[in-house]
Amino acid sequence: MNSRFAYRRKNWLYIPLIMAAVFYLIPLYLMLATGFKGFEEINLRTMWALPHGLHLDNFIEAYTVLSPYLLNSLNMVFPAAIISSVLGSINGYLLSKWKFKGADTIFLLILFGMFIPYQSILIPLVEFMTRIGLYGSLPGLVLTHVVYGLPITTLTFRNYYSGISNELLEAAKVDGAGMLRIYWSILLPISIPSFVVVLIWQFTQAWNDFLFAVVLTSSRSWPITVALNNMAGSQIIAWNVQMAGSLITALPTLIVYIFLGRYFLRGMMAGALKE
Amino acid sequence: MRSKKEAWLSFLLVLPTILAIGIFVYGFILWTMRVSISQWTGLLPDYTFVGFENYIYLFSTARFQIDITNTLIFTAVFMTGAIGLGFFLAVLLDQGLKGEAFFRSLFLFPMAISYIVTGVVWRWLMNPAQGDRISGFNLLFHNLGLDFLINRWHTTPGWGIAFIAIPAIWQLSGYTMALYLAGLRAIPDQLREAARVDGATEWQIMRYVILPLLKPVTLSAVIIIGHMSLKVFDLIVAVAGKQLALDVPAINMWQTTFDGYYFGVGAAIGVLLLLSVALLIIPYIIYTQKGEANQ
Amino acid sequence: MPSKKLSWLILALVLVFSMVLAACGPAATEETTTEVTTGETTGEEAVVPADYTGTVEVFSWWTGGGEAAGLEAMIAVFNTAYPNIEFVNSAVAGGAGTNARAVLATRLQASDPPDSWQGHAGQELIGTYVAAGQIEPLNFLYEQNGWLDVMPATLIPLISLDGNIYSVPVNIHRANVMWYNPTVLSDAGIDPASLTTIDAFIAALQTLRDGGMESPLAMGEQWTAMHLMETVFLATLGPDAYNGLWDGTTDWAGAEVTAAIENYATILGYVNSDASALTWQDASQLVTNGDAAFNVMGDWAEGYFKELGLSPDNGTDFGWMPVPGTQGSFQFLSDSFVLAVGAPDRDAAIAWLTTCGSREGQDAFNPVKGSIPARSDGDVSLYDTYLQSAMADWAADTIVGSLTHGVVANDSWKTLINDALGVYLTDTTAVEAFQTSLVTACQSAGPCQ
Repeated sequence: MNSRFAYRRKNWLYIPLIMAAVFYLIPLYLMLATGFKGFEEINLRTMWALPHGLHLDNFIEAYTVLSPYLLNSLNMVFPAAIISSVLGSINGYLLSKWKFKGADTIFLLILFGMFIPYQSILIPLVEFMTRIGLYGSLPGLVLTHVVYGLPITTLTFRNYYSGISNELLEAAKVDGAGMLRIYWSILLPISIPSFVVVLIWQFTQAWNDFLFAVVLTSSRSWPITVALNNMAGSQIIAWNVQMAGSLITALPTLIVYIFLGRYFLRGMMAGALKE
Repeated sequence: MRSKKEAWLSFLLVLPTILAIGIFVYGFILWTMRVSISQWTGLLPDYTFVGFENYIYLFSTARFQIDITNTLIFTAVFMTGAIGLGFFLAVLLDQGLKGEAFFRSLFLFPMAISYIVTGVVWRWLMNPAQGDRISGFNLLFHNLGLDFLINRWHTTPGWGIAFIAIPAIWQLSGYTMALYLAGLRAIPDQLREAARVDGATEWQIMRYVILPLLKPVTLSAVIIIGHMSLKVFDLIVAVAGKQLALDVPAINMWQTTFDGYYFGVGAAIGVLLLLSVALLIIPYIIYTQKGEANQ
Repeated sequence: MPSKKLSWLILALVLVFSMVLAACGPAATEETTTEVTTGETTGEEAVVPADYTGTVEVFSWWTGGGEAAGLEAMIAVFNTAYPNIEFVNSAVAGGAGTNARAVLATRLQASDPPDSWQGHAGQELIGTYVAAGQIEPLNFLYEQNGWLDVMPATLIPLISLDGNIYSVPVNIHRANVMWYNPTVLSDAGIDPASLTTIDAFIAALQTLRDGGMESPLAMGEQWTAMHLMETVFLATLGPDAYNGLWDGTTDWAGAEVTAAIENYATILGYVNSDASALTWQDASQLVTNGDAAFNVMGDWAEGYFKELGLSPDNGTDFGWMPVPGTQGSFQFLSDSFVLAVGAPDRDAAIAWLTTCGSREGQDAFNPVKGSIPARSDGDVSLYDTYLQSAMADWAADTIVGSLTHGVVANDSWKTLINDALGVYLTDTTAVEAFQTSLVTACQSAGPCQ
């Protein structure tokens, strides 16, 4: 009854998929291989070669250097990602479904915040953080990531919600639901794909951010990115240890991707619309 | 439809965001603008007004002209590649193939890796040496008998910056894929079924049913990739260091401000960068919003 | 429904509020109160008692490998001398301190300086921080510790302004060193000892090219091109005229500079075509791989070669010589530490600086880092073969400063030169245009009229 792709036709789709996978895997191979090499093996001439023996000490050294800062990153990233995502969801909902006069302009003005080049506002940012007493600590960094994450989270949710038919809300209003109830009971449950996308972005941005991290925190509260950058050194860079460190640092983010990926489910809207 | 009370409530709930953006964005931008029309050089603030001197100076430098050209080339290649590849991968993964979770995570993974390491690996991959010292992709092409593909990569005079878009696409197309996948998954099956029942081919369904419904996603993708493209800094420095041929405004701004302590000129670059992003993206948004209103 | 007017009113208020915020920008440094912490030392006194309790926060960019190990060794000496002072290591990595200096700039603007920070001795420090009144003169420290007797006399003027010395140099690196592959040279029949002039050098490059090595000189990305340029300038102009470039006595528009640029252009013709895609490490490795014969790079390259497992002792792994034409000149750069104006704990900072300038501190740091002590009384036995020869040269040669590494030109001037060089590298035949832009650079940010 439901027509689907004929199963036999599906298998040729693996060809482009695997070709794409190769494109993604080649640099990853280099990172892994280099991560296991000794320093003397790092040479443009032998870059493709497999390591002579597995130098696990690179990973051990990287982990030893980085692990003290892991907690800082976790304590900073989860609040930043979650708060900015939730606020973005609420903003997006209100700015698309409960537009007050001037809402569209306000949306544009919020969106504009995404465009500023962050290097040019470092000085007033530090000045402001010092004045409100949040300089040098993780809460200040969380605040910064939340505020600068609001434009993009608001954008993503607003676009997502504007694609949802108003009939849904009309039906709920007829049933007597108010603004907040509609959000909580109806919109929020079907927002999951959008939350997934937004959380992925916010988590990655906050986790990988270096500029704000190095400028706004003191050495005691450095996130892992600053420690990772420091591991490289300034003059003679040990790429093998650096690659090992990068792979370790990327693991929490990858775990988040895998975890959130389960929510890319089809049919979240099933039954919500009538044709 | 909306009660007065609810409209007020709506506004009040958005207010904290407005205030935060007001300070962190507009307050700071105004400071930057003020500095950009001053002669501040060196570590002592000097807000002496000099009009548009810094802007005029910028446009007269060869470096800034190269910045503009490079930005245009990079943006064109990066946006097309990231959005195109992301969409293509999303459509592939939406077919319900086995192993979707693995591929999805694989395509997303590059975004998780630090730019320093991404930069260095692609620096090695795109090494332009030929002949005796051939390495990187050139060596791979040679070994596969694909010698016609061997080229100078990002050291190509004039438009080498286009090649820097490749690691950028590698890093971010996973995210546009995720965006499109979420969008595709939100399209109910019934719509496609109904179209098939009416006799539409898969291509027609894609063109007339799915793509229009994905417009908001494309909007998000264009804005996100677009503004990142205009502000790109870390990746280029990691791949190619700071060199004139591959200079972009963000690198120029960093060197001018923090290496040379020309705060006035640096702020002018910042303002111009901001304006360029706004000019690129705001018309697109307004166009899309008008489309929304017409629905 | 809030009226349109009200929305706009609130918006306007927000904008006004942010404008007010913008107006109260970072305070000019003059308004900062310079709080001199009372303690055992004030002003002119430089002796901090060994049991002094406090905290010293030090900014640097020594975070990896030999640099970090050297710093740790010096911190160990510091902790032994001053066991009750806590050392806060705020090192942030980034080539030549690009990140550390940016963070430092934001902190100085917010009037929150660390106690001491690392900087390249010379105009990089003086042109930036002295001009803004952010570092203190250290003459009292030099006098009380007798450093004027152990630091070379030609060094002191290069790190001073109007008789005030502004930093304590910890190490010395040499910029005008050329590394070569002994096997490649002997195969081509070139005697390294014969390369004492630019012309001999160019002839040797041509010989190598004729013998099949297309690019006998290895170079990397743009900053290494500037490094090469300054050595060629030194070779062409000689130390006196070279020094004159930076104090205005040598004419940038003159024939000497034209000759220097032309030499540079010729030499660039022998450089590998993929230079802009290589880091300095990759370029130096070309020599040890046998893919190039020569590489002009500072003597941190020796540290790199040793980490690759090579040795300066066997005469076959790598060799070194002064850049042809610069024999008898030591083109130096130095990492040094300063005393911040308004340092949160001034006495602790002075204690740190005392260690930096002490024999024990420098002899702990330098052998590990791969550089030579600024003091002339270092323990020679602690240093390897190359470093010993460098120490001998440091004591005997004429000392000139490096451009690329911040000695002779302040950062603004150096940025202008860098921009001019970037344009020049796209077309090395445009000698006149390059020279003109160098003249302009000197007039904008240097002492030229």
